[in-house]
Amino acid sequence: MSTYQPGQPLLEVRGLCVDYGAGPDAVHAVVDADLVLHRGEVLGLAGESGSGKSTLAYAITRLLRAPGMITGGSVGYHPKPGTTVDLLAASEGTLRVLRWSQISVVMQSAMNALNPVLSIGAQLTDVLQAHRPDLGQAERRARAGELLAMVGITADRLGSYPHELSGGMRQRVMIAMALALEPQVVIMDEPTTALDVVTQREILEELMELRERLGFAVLFITHDLSLLVEIADSIAVMYAGRLVERADADALFRAPRHPYSLGLLSSFPGLHGPRRRLTGIPGSPPDLRQLPAGCVFHPRCSYAMDRCRTDTPALQRLDVKGDERAVACWLQDGSAAPPPELAVPAPHEPPPPAPGAPPAPAPDLARSQP
Amino acid sequence: MAIGSSTDLDSAQTADLLELYPNGPASRRRVRLPRSPKVLIGLGGLIGFLVLAVIGPWIAPYSPAQVFSTTVSFPQPPSAAHLLGTTQQQQDVFSQLLAGGRSTILVAFVAGLIATVLSVVIGVAAGYAGGLADDLLSMLANLFLILPALPLLIVIFGFLPPSQGSDDVLIGLIIAITGWAFGARVLRAQTLSLRTRDYVDSARIIGERGWRIIGFEILPNLIPILASSFLFTVLYGVGTYTALAFLGLVNPNHVSWGGMLFYAQVAGAQQSGYWWLYIPPGMAVALLGTCLALLNFGIDEFINPRLRAAGLSRRRARRAGLTGAARPPRRFVLGVTPVVRSVPPTGDHRGPVGENLSAGRSRGGRQR
Repeated sequence: MSTYQPGQPLLEVRGLCVDYGAGPDAVHAVVDADLVLHRGEVLGLAGESGSGKSTLAYAITRLLRAPGMITGGSVGYHPKPGTTVDLLAASEGTLRVLRWSQISVVMQSAMNALNPVLSIGAQLTDVLQAHRPDLGQAERRARAGELLAMVGITADRLGSYPHELSGGMRQRVMIAMALALEPQVVIMDEPTTALDVVTQREILEELMELRERLGFAVLFITHDLSLLVEIADSIAVMYAGRLVERADADALFRAPRHPYSLGLLSSFPGLHGPRRRLTGIPGSPPDLRQLPAGCVFHPRCSYAMDRCRTDTPALQRLDVKGDERAVACWLQDGSAAPPPELAVPAPHEPPPPAPGAPPAPAPDLARSQP
Repeated sequence: MAIGSSTDLDSAQTADLLELYPNGPASRRRVRLPRSPKVLIGLGGLIGFLVLAVIGPWIAPYSPAQVFSTTVSFPQPPSAAHLLGTTQQQQDVFSQLLAGGRSTILVAFVAGLIATVLSVVIGVAAGYAGGLADDLLSMLANLFLILPALPLLIVIFGFLPPSQGSDDVLIGLIIAITGWAFGARVLRAQTLSLRTRDYVDSARIIGERGWRIIGFEILPNLIPILASSFLFTVLYGVGTYTALAFLGLVNPNHVSWGGMLFYAQVAGAQQSGYWWLYIPPGMAVALLGTCLALLNFGIDEFINPRLRAAGLSRRRARRAGLTGAARPPRRFVLGVTPVVRSVPPTGDHRGPVGENLSAGRSRGGRQR
């Protein structure tokens, strides 16, 4: 958990639509995504494989490859409060300046993103050479060593080649590279997926420490919701290219409002608190080429109503004081009381947990689930 | 669950699925050949040439060898009686063009087929067997690669008795001998890569025989390369046969496009301006080669979907109702995702920053 205070918006995504291909065969991979990343915040983006998490992140940075294209919406980046760069209107030159120095990305399968025939040091100094031309060779070398030390690798490893490093070390190098120019936004696409849980935890703890120190914001993409609950300040849950719920991490964990979030949360066991039955979510994610009508989640939703089969719910802000959340579900539209497990009172003012104290027990989420 | 009731359940589930996916799941199973203009033109043209090869000699107005006049000694320009004029020997060029396709195409396809079979046998065997066999077979392929093909063919054809100089299958076989090595090397390289894949290992561990592993695990994965290699060799066959006939190494009485070019050369057609002697057969060879190459591009796109142009052709874009700003770019720049708006952006970033989501924005009912 962090000592995050809601700051100024840094990256604003509104109504972003991303298609693969064009014309009648186009696959709508991301539909109407609304997302705000605040200064210094860790925003988690969760969802199953193929739900559009990575597509969304790459579309924000305009890194998506053909045939991906952005078909609507806007992405605003605010380097300083009050100034705005429209990333969707930005030219190639602007993007070139912004990327890495302002917004950097730790790619999926980051371990394989390192060039196998160049030493770590060469790859780290390459970035500096391109973006900080005023630095001398010795200074670049020193900075590269500094960066490695920052992620817990000794500077004498600069001469090593990627194959001489372990998976965890390569991952650290990738993170160090992403932080080389002290960006304000770091987008991490499943950065720890290939690592074992111990290494994963070490790296994430270091990452969170670095964030405290350097103050960058993180857009953290993962399918591991339990991980996000722990490190993120707020969480957005995606399903079939749509954002279905967006809330503070704590609120989402304790009081999910969307049946899909509830399903995700009851798919992993809690280490504390009373025992509960793991239910998971029946079925599998839909084919984006042939989405069901109405709410895309209704075929797998145990709460589905007639309305869900015909009308698509929009992501609506819930009118609850102190609870910054939006959800796309007809159950929460206020016309009827939602089922009790989707109306657990949210912790309005989550007390900052003392270090070392055990987290509060999780509520029995699945008790009354059919 | 009782077995008897499972069919009912299945049909109920199917009904559910059909309701969810009105287009039916079956439509997803279809193999999607790329339908770019390149492939359509290439395939259409090739089919046209194949049909010509079959019916050409029958639909030709005259026999290609028929001599119309023994008194005129100059090629006659195109006229109503002779659509493409006559040769120096006063034979009908149009009939020769129609009839000559059969020999050219037959030789090319025979050469392609035999060379492909040879390259599969030698390339896959070398790649799969490895060790000494690989070394020897690779050396053989390398030898044939460095042999200068045309001089070798000239020597071989020099030894052919004239009676066999018009045997298309034999000519195809001889051309194939000089044309298989390239395909064999490509197939060997891909086989080397495929044989270390996990699914081949597992087949080996199960105890499958070598021929079965090659036939059912490796060959199916080589088909795209095989098809491409086949077309390439056919193209090589067209060029080589035409060249040999042009040089007069094939029995000159055996009508083919290369043979027509040979007679055009003998008549000094280029110097004397008898364009109808060399342009029709030359164009036919060039068009056949173009069709083969276009089809090969299509196979490339089929193997590697990344090559498929993501941008739409003008016509398809118009049919899909995409115009102006909503039309995707023809070319994608790596690292800059294009923004193709069909609706004007709704967000306003120029205003004061603060509230992150306008609560009253209605986005409901927007279904895509």
